[in-house]
Amino acid sequence: MPTLTVNGRTQAVAAEPETPLLYVLRDEWGLNGAKFGCGLGQCGACTVEVEGRAILSCLTPIGVLEGRPVTTVEGLGSPENPGPLQAAFIAENAAQCGYCIAGMIMRAHALLRSVPHPSEAEIRAALRFNLCRCGTHMRILAAVRRAAGLEPPTTGATP
Amino acid sequence: MGRRRITVWLGGLLVLAAAGFAVAAWRPALAPGSPTPAETAPEQVRKGAILASLGYCASCHTAEGGRPYAGGRGVTTPFGTIAATNITPDPETGIGRYTLDAFTRAMRQGVDREGRHLYPAFPYTHYAGLTDADVAALYAFVMTREPVRAEAKANALPFPLSWRPLLAGWKLLFVRDLKIPADPRRDAEWHRGAYLAEALSHCGACHTPRNLLGAEVRSRAYAGGEVDGWWAPPLDRSSPAPLAWDKESLARYLAEWDPQAGGAAGPMRPVVDAHRTVPAGEIRALAAYTATLYGPGPAGSRTGPVDRAIPGDDPALARGAATYAGACAVCHESGGGAAGGVPYTTPSLGHRTTLRAPDPRNLILVLRDGIAPREHAPGPIMPAYGAMLTPAQMTDLAAYLRARFSPDGPWPGLDETVRDLMRDAPRPGAHAEAGR
Amino acid sequence: MTALTRRTLLVGGALLVGIGLPREPKAASLPGGLAQAPRIDAWIRIGEDGAVTVLTGKAELGQGIKTALIQVAAEELGMAPAALRLLTADTELTPDEGYTAGSHSMQDSATAIRHAAAAARALLVAAAGRRLGLPPDSLRVESGAVVGPDGRRLALSEIAGAVELDAPVPDNVALRDPAAYTIVGRPLPRVDIPAKVAGGAAYVQDIRAPGMVHARIVRPPRPGARLVDLDADAVASRPGVIRVHRDGDVLAVLAEREYAAVTAMRALARVAVWQGGTPVPEPDALFADLAGRPAKRTIIHEAGAGTPLPPGRRITARYRRRYQMHGAIGPSCAVAEFDGSRLTVWSHAQGMFPLRKALAEMLSLPEEQVRCIHVEGSGCYGHNGADDAAGDAALLARALPGRPVRVQYTREQEHLWEPYGGAMLTEASAVLGPDGRIADWDYAVRSPTHLTRPPGAGQLLSARMLATPFPAPPPKALPQPEGGGDRNAIPLYRLPRARVAHDFVADMPLRVSALRSLGAYMNVFSIESFLDELAETAGADPVAFRLAHLDDPRARAVVEAAAERFGWGRPLQRGRGAGFAFARYKNLAAYCAVAVEVEVARESGQVRLVRAQAAVDAGQVVNPHGIRDQIEGGIIQAMSWSLFEAVAHDAEGPTSRDWSTYPIARFPDIPEHIAVHLIDRSGHPFLGAGEVAQGPTAAALANAIRHAAGVRLRELPMRPELVKAAIGV
Ligand code: FES
Ligand code: FES
Repeated sequence: MPTLTVNGRTQAVAAEPETPLLYVLRDEWGLNGAKFGCGLGQCGACTVEVEGRAILSCLTPIGVLEGRPVTTVEGLGSPENPGPLQAAFIAENAAQCGYCIAGMIMRAHALLRSVPHPSEAEIRAALRFNLCRCGTHMRILAAVRRAAGLEPPTTGATP
Repeated sequence: MGRRRITVWLGGLLVLAAAGFAVAAWRPALAPGSPTPAETAPEQVRKGAILASLGYCASCHTAEGGRPYAGGRGVTTPFGTIAATNITPDPETGIGRYTLDAFTRAMRQGVDREGRHLYPAFPYTHYAGLTDADVAALYAFVMTREPVRAEAKANALPFPLSWRPLLAGWKLLFVRDLKIPADPRRDAEWHRGAYLAEALSHCGACHTPRNLLGAEVRSRAYAGGEVDGWWAPPLDRSSPAPLAWDKESLARYLAEWDPQAGGAAGPMRPVVDAHRTVPAGEIRALAAYTATLYGPGPAGSRTGPVDRAIPGDDPALARGAATYAGACAVCHESGGGAAGGVPYTTPSLGHRTTLRAPDPRNLILVLRDGIAPREHAPGPIMPAYGAMLTPAQMTDLAAYLRARFSPDGPWPGLDETVRDLMRDAPRPGAHAEAGR
Repeated sequence: MTALTRRTLLVGGALLVGIGLPREPKAASLPGGLAQAPRIDAWIRIGEDGAVTVLTGKAELGQGIKTALIQVAAEELGMAPAALRLLTADTELTPDEGYTAGSHSMQDSATAIRHAAAAARALLVAAAGRRLGLPPDSLRVESGAVVGPDGRRLALSEIAGAVELDAPVPDNVALRDPAAYTIVGRPLPRVDIPAKVAGGAAYVQDIRAPGMVHARIVRPPRPGARLVDLDADAVASRPGVIRVHRDGDVLAVLAEREYAAVTAMRALARVAVWQGGTPVPEPDALFADLAGRPAKRTIIHEAGAGTPLPPGRRITARYRRRYQMHGAIGPSCAVAEFDGSRLTVWSHAQGMFPLRKALAEMLSLPEEQVRCIHVEGSGCYGHNGADDAAGDAALLARALPGRPVRVQYTREQEHLWEPYGGAMLTEASAVLGPDGRIADWDYAVRSPTHLTRPPGAGQLLSARMLATPFPAPPPKALPQPEGGGDRNAIPLYRLPRARVAHDFVADMPLRVSALRSLGAYMNVFSIESFLDELAETAGADPVAFRLAHLDDPRARAVVEAAAERFGWGRPLQRGRGAGFAFARYKNLAAYCAVAVEVEVARESGQVRLVRAQAAVDAGQVVNPHGIRDQIEGGIIQAMSWSLFEAVAHDAEGPTSRDWSTYPIARFPDIPEHIAVHLIDRSGHPFLGAGEVAQGPTAAALANAIRHAAGVRLRELPMRPELVKAAIGV
């Protein structure tokens, strides 16, 4: 029985090693953050972090995660007590339907870990494998910039 | 590069140097000029546009994210990196002062207008076979591009390779008249394909092995080569492809994707992308000719797709199997795109030549970096597994894929190759880049 | 009520049990949704504990209406937004507001809630005044209490019993003066975002009920194929599989755990043998096919027929649009539970009441025995697969009574089976008079239906495939003034002579339905492109030409504001161009003008949207950030549609089965800058703004491409190949 460490908690999982992490997170651990978007590695809705790097949980068999800590968006904070990146997403209204957002946050989190002050182009390049259909991109970019302490976002409403 | 290889290589250099001086490396500069309106007539430009696509000019002469044809991309060779030049008609930094004669000399002889020898990363050994009419059409096309002011980047070559007159010696040794095959039993399409493949599309530049001095070994044409750290599979009888290529499947592959054999990855992808703007007839001609390179009938080693039962008692293979089941099977066991499975997949991985390669580099590179989505156009997408798998897990997976989907024995040195490649950063455009 | 029902009601935000809601008679004169549900307690309820719940028959689709509706209710009640709970569409609890569609939520629901909240407040202060012996105007409502000038407080729980909310909203209810608003018009942060950024349960996909089973569907490889052979024994006996369910061509597998369902589905797909299919015209023949289909013509607008046609130059242009898809990031999902007599369905479809009708018909159950509860899904841009998933969950729940059944589609199923936005053709023709103005206008739009939603069991995909199938109801055209394919086909410009025709094509080769803004996307694209063509012929500036034909001062205001803030007319870098477009959505909702700057790569034909400036008048602004986000999102989505997206198909059906075969915009395509200027019309009615950006963005892009590269694109999407072909070498 594989043992997983998710958001600092270690637990044996009653699932075959080939089971993709996404199903274990959602169904066994009750974590809603990572989403099923395509199951084909094309959209990024299921993005989580393993050892600080962004991976797609829909195609990650849990068998490869023994002893390798996993972080999901739940590991960054809670609705009541959001982490800095989550707080930036809240402050920028960076969600319409929000279905893509946990994946965006995890991808951005991994980016900021390796490049704490990314350029605009680096942010866009890092996020380009994560799809958003609502067109929330301007808000997401603003949120990542805000979290990275970059210049305040220049877009917005001018009532 | 091994020590022995370096010695041979240095020795060769000395010979070269001597030879180079002996033949007077000097070439005259040609007078500056500009194209005449007749030389850039619209029908010439239109023809040149298609030829430029088939010569893959943009794939070297355009930097990632850069202006078209303004140069800047570094072409990696075993000797160092050669920076592709600006071939827009900018008079200062591009080729705006080239007359048709100067352009022709550059294309055929690898000598620029000022008389400097060009490195053979620019495939003039192939372009030497271009017809005058096609060189003129290419000239018409490039001279009507938007001029971009962009200085070429410097080459990154060690001395003495950075000393261009040496190239005269290299040319003396290796530049031969390019003979385009002709065969009275073949039709016009085949002859067109032969001309394209040998001259303009310079297929051999990647698919023919090179000698220690970087020249194609003519006697082993299409026996497989190397480009950018990838294995370029043979296009002759030694091809290990599980399915015999024919004109139809090659045409599909070259145009986008063949539902049985799959599609291009790595350095072949820009080639296939360039074909999007090429008339289908030209692609079919290329396919008609290249299909015959494989020789008649199925090649000796060909066994058809395999899918072998894997003994359950090997723990490494069992680990690889679990990874395959969770990470690969959702797409690669969906039955193939043509049968209603996940688009851009083949009926099984047993259909892919990559798993029969003499070494695991291509597999590891594609697993590590994935296949990034084509910009604004349909095309395969494969996620990168470089961050998901440890080197040991990658090794297990590769070993499993090889054992299950190829008739050949295990790859020697697999774990070493995996470790080396996973130490490298992914290439630009890799699916994995983000979040490293 | 089962554990699941109670649990999910909590997801919905309030614990309200068993309040039946009688259907209200129609009272057409009442504002907004009050016409359907005139009673106060249809919209506002106060529990015995004093907790105030706001009810809406609309659904949160990602457009942020939860926040906006709470703001409206809080403003009129005089309470803090955080003190209110909101309950969205639920056939047992909330008013029947039909679909959440057509940018109606603010117009209908917010208007009703505003009036009902004002009426509730009046009743509360009156009751408190009686108790305290104080005049009602001297009292204010706070969170949880009514407070007098002397500081005396009466908890809402104390007076709730004395207040009869079971009463009609009075005609003359006193509304707050918009000038004194403190909540409406402010950028209240979205109430649903904290949960969404931290993995809180927010979506129907997140429902996990005790005893719940997981189902996956196996669909035919192409529309119209029939299941001719199936040996499912091996799949049915896989560990964890509960059963394989087959009814006609509907094939599904139920399993205890989700991944077991997924692998069983794959195995089942391998043993199912399908035959046949409905042929589709080849992509190259698509438009000829559409042009050749029988159509029913309606003249929807005719003006100045008697006026003589002045001399002038006639210009004609034809435009076309390919099939496009919703492509929500999360595929459709639903949960259903059948207890032997009652069916409860949790769904992210747009209309719980119409869905209930369809499900009741499909299962031959009385409507009272079916309850549909809206729970959010991934972004909804019209009629996607949500209703179908609800239908599948209902079928499977009936097959497995007593256990909640969760159905989730695969990415490929969502792409292949959702109803698309239909292919369309338009033709515009006009005479430019000697004064450089439009003297005569002729326009025709040829379109399939844009509405194949429930009710009607036959609108559910699986219902059509049952052994005893429900045929799809005959497609209908939506009538003006809102229209379907002809939505926004009548220009808002001053046209002395005009004819506008709608050619309704009933039969289409692919399944089609509502996609955000319906025909307005194509009609505004056509009209606003054509206006630029006319301006060019007249030698006029496109913005000036529009203003010369616009009388409505609010229309003029957005046009002028967008042009000014964009810096219209300023020189641009080489290779770039500017484009402008305007529309009032449905000619009766929000006004929107969009100016864009694009860069066209001549070598590849690729178009990049560099920046966009929008100006919007949505009447009284409730939440400026909410509108901004809808416009920003609308511009980006419409850019993606207009530059990249077409459903690919061959003669057997759609081949756009995933993101590799249906590419959409990614981050590198996103503009550097989008600015939204809001013109707040304080005190004016709310005007829906959720779909207003789609058409103007498409036309502004086409006009900017013309300016940048000298070529006029008349086909959507304006893919690089088309742009390059127009540019030439
Ligand atoms: S769900 Fe994993 S990439 Fe789409
Ligand atoms: S916010 Fe809806 S998909 Fe991104």
